[in-house]
Amino acid sequence: MKLELIQPFINAADAVLAQTLACQTRVSTVTMEQEVYRRRGVAAIVTMMGDIEGRIVFDLEPATAARVASALAGSDLPQDDGMIHDTVCELANQVIGNAIASLNDQGFRFRVQPPEVHTAEHGIGNSEDIEALVMCFDTPSGSVFMNIALRFPKCDA
Amino acid sequence: MEQFAPLLRSKDKQPIRYLVVDDSIFARKNLARMIESFGGRVAGEAGDGCTAITEYSRTLPDVVLMDIIMPQMEGIEAAERIVRMHPQARVIMVSSVGHQENIVTALQKGARHFVQKPVKPEILYDVVKYVMGEDATTVVEAATGAAR
Repeated sequence: MKLELIQPFINAADAVLAQTLACQTRVSTVTMEQEVYRRRGVAAIVTMMGDIEGRIVFDLEPATAARVASALAGSDLPQDDGMIHDTVCELANQVIGNAIASLNDQGFRFRVQPPEVHTAEHGIGNSEDIEALVMCFDTPSGSVFMNIALRFPKCDA
Repeated sequence: MEQFAPLLRSKDKQPIRYLVVDDSIFARKNLARMIESFGGRVAGEAGDGCTAITEYSRTLPDVVLMDIIMPQMEGIEAAERIVRMHPQARVIMVSSVGHQENIVTALQKGARHFVQKPVKPEILYDVVKYVMGEDATTVVEAATGAAR
């Protein structure tokens, strides 16, 4: 996966998390994965089609998701509150929207589906020729994971 | 949340009424909090473009805050239909998908402005003030005017 595809997502996640959570964030780990992705907790998945295709998963451990959603809602939310899923989806939407704005301005064209909550217990498979990059952002509310599996279909064809 | 000088309608000094359109409940609540801090009132909410059109006709708000990527009907199409039916409609697109092409398309279809998510309250406040133009006044201005 090319760095030019990844960097806008790192920048967007850093900016959106820092602004919405009003805190400093840092990328603590970056790993490449070829195996299926198993969610850690509350996960939102966004798929992209066009000049770039693939999917991004935005994933928070349940306690972290509850802390983040509670902080943004201004009141304590239980871990099973529906607002937590909605908040994680909206954060994913903002991170990915900001990243694709940057990619669009570089000339890439594609369509993005609205985020969907990923609730399946089984993992999300990567296409056999797409490796996923998993990043962990440390925030005061806990770790936020972003799993990116993208490729240029035209170049690969 | 920071409090702003209340923005009122010039004609009757009543709070500006907003229609908030976003498929995320979290985003709608967040915008509603900002609207409250501007001294405004949420006249209606919608989670998709189709509902937004119905809600616009029902509530006739002063300002529409419209997301772009939504299920059923996206925000740009909904904005276009609302403006076609109500040419005076003031639609502000509020979206994370802030690339140039989207902004230009939204403006061509009748939107008055664009605010990128995550929304900064001070930016949205300035945009609402700009879009309302002479149809809005702040409480400070209203009080000064009354004293003259």
